[in-house]
Amino acid sequence: MKVLYFAWVRQKVGTAEEDVAPPEEVRDVAGLVGWLAGRSPGHAAAFADPRQVRAAVNQDFATPDHPVRAGDEVAFFPPVTGG
Amino acid sequence: MPATPTIRVQAEPFDVGAETAALQAGRTDVGGLASFLGICRADGGLAAMVLEHYPGMTERALTRIAEEACARWPLTGCTVIHRHGRLLPGDPIVLVLTASAHRVAALESCAFLIDWLKTKAPFWKREEFAGGGARWVEAKAEDDEAAARWAR
Repeated sequence: MKVLYFAWVRQKVGTAEEDVAPPEEVRDVAGLVGWLAGRSPGHAAAFADPRQVRAAVNQDFATPDHPVRAGDEVAFFPPVTGG
Repeated sequence: MPATPTIRVQAEPFDVGAETAALQAGRTDVGGLASFLGICRADGGLAAMVLEHYPGMTERALTRIAEEACARWPLTGCTVIHRHGRLLPGDPIVLVLTASAHRVAALESCAFLIDWLKTKAPFWKREEFAGGGARWVEAKAEDDEAAARWAR
């Protein structure tokens, strides 16, 4: 599974992209957030308040209950501020 | 057949005149063209604005938003160009152009596009200040409210 980070989420995690293989119990975005938060202090800081972090699965916005599987591209970022 | 939108995500500046002309080229059914040009504002000592985006998803999201506009209003064409990278005060950031036989469709769809783009396209702005500090721009509740007025 490819995980991408943008904006301050990327800065806190300390990387823009990583390949991960979460355990089978990780079935949705919320589960992935919980698992990723345990990977490093940077990850923990990025996901300290999950309400501040938005997600996309395979380049579509996704809610915490959206399923994730091996091979997916999952991205985490703050609420968008374009325009 | 709804119009096919033109979407571009680029670091380079864009030419508003050329983009406007392109929407009229070879056709005489365009009665009105509405535009929104977003410009980098120098708030509180801002020295530069750095726009980060999600390559791939950005184009996908902008295309989806523009296709929605073309489905809701009888447009003859529509163009959305959004820049990324480091921009200075006064630099253009985003261009939305909508063309239609009549003004209401052009004006309404232009407002819809910029409202949705602000809340549904994966861009993030970081402000750099003359003193050396920097901060990520926070999403605004009024942008969510502006987008929500187009909900169906």
